[in-house]
Amino acid sequence: MSKIVDYNAYPDAHGRFGNYGGSYVAETLMAPLAELTEAYLRLREDPVFIAELDRDLKHYVGRPSPIYHAERLSKHVGGARILFKREDLNHTGAHKINNTVGQALVARNMGKTRIIAETGAGQHGVASATVAARLGLKCVVYMGAVDIERQKINVYRMKLLGAEVVPVTSGSKTLKDALNEAMRDWVTNVADTFYIIGTVAGPHPYPLMVRDFNAIVGREARAQMLEEYGRLPDVLTACVGGGSNAIGLFHAFLNDAGVRIVGAEAAGLGLATGHHAASLAAGRPGVLHGNRTYVLCDDNGQITETHSVSAGLDYPGVGPEHAFLKDAGRATYVGITDDETLAAFHLLARTEGILAALESSHAVAQAIKLAREYPQDGIVLCNLSGRGDKDVHTIAAREGVEV
Amino acid sequence: MSRIDRRFAALKAASRTGLIPFVTAGDPSPQHMVGLMHALVDAGADLIELGVPFSDPMADGPVIQHASERAIAKGVGLADVLGWVAAFRQRDADTPIVLMGYLNPVEIHGYARFAQEAAQAGVDGVLLVDCPLEESAVLQPLRDAGLQQILLAAPTTEPSRMAQLCGSAEGFLYYVSFAGITGAAHLSTGDIAVRVADIRARAKAPVAVGFGIRDAASAKAIAGFADAVVIGSALVDKLAGATGADDIAGRVRAFLAPIRSALDAH
Repeated sequence: MSKIVDYNAYPDAHGRFGNYGGSYVAETLMAPLAELTEAYLRLREDPVFIAELDRDLKHYVGRPSPIYHAERLSKHVGGARILFKREDLNHTGAHKINNTVGQALVARNMGKTRIIAETGAGQHGVASATVAARLGLKCVVYMGAVDIERQKINVYRMKLLGAEVVPVTSGSKTLKDALNEAMRDWVTNVADTFYIIGTVAGPHPYPLMVRDFNAIVGREARAQMLEEYGRLPDVLTACVGGGSNAIGLFHAFLNDAGVRIVGAEAAGLGLATGHHAASLAAGRPGVLHGNRTYVLCDDNGQITETHSVSAGLDYPGVGPEHAFLKDAGRATYVGITDDETLAAFHLLARTEGILAALESSHAVAQAIKLAREYPQDGIVLCNLSGRGDKDVHTIAAREGVEV
Repeated sequence: MSRIDRRFAALKAASRTGLIPFVTAGDPSPQHMVGLMHALVDAGADLIELGVPFSDPMADGPVIQHASERAIAKGVGLADVLGWVAAFRQRDADTPIVLMGYLNPVEIHGYARFAQEAAQAGVDGVLLVDCPLEESAVLQPLRDAGLQQILLAAPTTEPSRMAQLCGSAEGFLYYVSFAGITGAAHLSTGDIAVRVADIRARAKAPVAVGFGIRDAASAKAIAGFADAVVIGSALVDKLAGATGADDIAGRVRAFLAPIRSALDAH
C-alpha cells in the first residue's frame, strides 16, 4: 500500500476508507441514506449546529473529560505511566453519549419525531433513550434477548427514561441481530424515523458521522497532553467492538506518525478456541451491515456467533475505518481474553478506586501490557470508555457471588 | 438473448403475466430441493428465484429469515445451491433461475469462482439485495460470465436515480412494492400502479413487482400493470415443515395453482 499522507481525507464521497466502507444496503434505504448524508454534511459545517452541539457537550454531557494519571496502577505494573481519558465520567457513564447527543440534534434538524437504536451492552441504548427524553422524541431500542438478560440494569434504565425496549430473538440474540432488526424497522418507517447507529459501522454516512461525534475524545486528549505533559503519548490504546470509542481517541492522532496505536479486541476464551469477537485479529474482509470490513464468518459466508464476557464487544464486524487502519499498518489490533479482562478490572478497582466497564477493561489490560514495553518516563494513553456499574451483576455471577 | 430475456419475450407475445415464486434453497428439505424446483414449474412458475441462505438477512421479514436459519442449520451453502441448479438443469433447460441473497456468501466464495461455477450450473441472474448499483463494480466477473444483475427499485427511489436504474436494468427490474421488509402485509395497489406504469415506460427491461403479494387476489391486483409478480414469504410459509416429495409438491400446487389461474384470467 502506498504511503498515506492525510488520514483526514477519508472517507471519500462514497464513504469508502480505501477498500472498506461504502453503502451495501437494499434499494429502499438508498434515498434515506442520501438524505441523511446531505443533511449531515451540511450541519457539520453549520456554525449554529456546531455551537448547539458544543453547548450540549459542555453543559449536558459534562465535557471536557479529564486525563487522569493512574499513579498507583502504573507503579504496580512497573513500566511507563498509564494515563486514562475519563469517558466514564460523562453523563450516562460512557463515551456513547457524545454520538447520541450529536445524532439527536441531526434528527431534530431533519424533522424526525421517532428515534430507533440498537444496543449490545445497553450503553448506547441508554444514551439514545437519554437524548430522546431530553428532546421529547419517541424512542425504541432493539436489544438481543441474550444481552437483555446480562444487562438488566441498563434495560431498566432505558425504561425509566421512557424508551421501549424490544427483545430480539432471531439469530444469536445479540448485538448483530439487534442491528438487523433496527435496520428492518428503519426500512419500514423511514418517513418519520431516525436511526441512531451506536458505532462506527453501518452504511455511509454512519462510520463518518459517528467518528466525527466521538472524535472530540481524541481532540481533547491531544490538547490536554500538550498542555499538561508538554508532549504526545508514546502509544494509545482502546477497546474495539464496533470501534467507536477507539476511533474517537485515535482519530486526532492518526497524522502524528510518532504515536503508536493499538486496539484491543475481545479474545473471549482465546483466539485459538474460536470463541471470541476479534474481527480484525482473526477475521477476513467481507460485507456486513451495510459496509465492507473485516468480519467473522465461515467458508459459506455465514456470520459466526461471537463470544465475549462484555456484551458491548460481542460483535462479528468492526468499523471500516479500523479495517483500513489495519491494512495501512497505522494501527495494530490484538486480542484480550475474558480472564485478562477480569484481572485488569480487579487491579484497576483496587489500585485506583475505579470500576471500569468490562468493555473498557479490555483496554486497561492492553494498557498494562503496553506499559511494560516502555521506560518509566514513557506514556500510555488509554481510553477508559465507560464505567462498570452495569457489569457488577455479571462479574458477581461469574465469580459465584450472590448480590 | 439470455434465458430470462427469452422467457419475458415469450410472456409478452402470449400476453401473459409472469409468475415468479421465491423459495429458500434448502428449505423445507435439502434432499427434495430439485423436486421442489420442478414442482414450481409444473404449477406454473415462469422463472424461479432461489434464495441463498444468509445468517443476517437485513431486508427480509421473519418468515424468510427463519427459513434461512433452518437451511443454515442443515449446513446448506452456496456449493449446495449451485449443485441443485445443475441437477435441475438436467431436466429443465428453459426456466430461468435467479439466485437471490446477500453479498457476503458470494464475496467469501470469491467473485470469479462464483461467476464461473454459477454460469456452468445454469444460473441466469443474481439479485444481491445489499449490492446497489453504486457498489456493483465487484460483480464484473459475474457479468463477464453472462449472469444478469437484477436490480431493485423502491418507492423511496428518487426520480434521477430511477432513471439510472431504468437505464441499467437487465433481465428484469424488481420493483419493491412498499418500503419495508419481505412478507409484510400492507399493499396499496393504486400507488403501485402509477409508479410501475412510469417505470415500465422508461425501463429497458420488464418490471416484476414483489413484496406483500400473498394470494390470488393480491397477485391479480398487480397483474394488471406488471410484467410479472414475485411471491416469496407466503409460499415459504406454506412450505415450512413439509416432509417428503409428495407433500412438498402438493403444497406447491395448492398454493400456486389459484394464483396462476388468477393471472391467466386477467
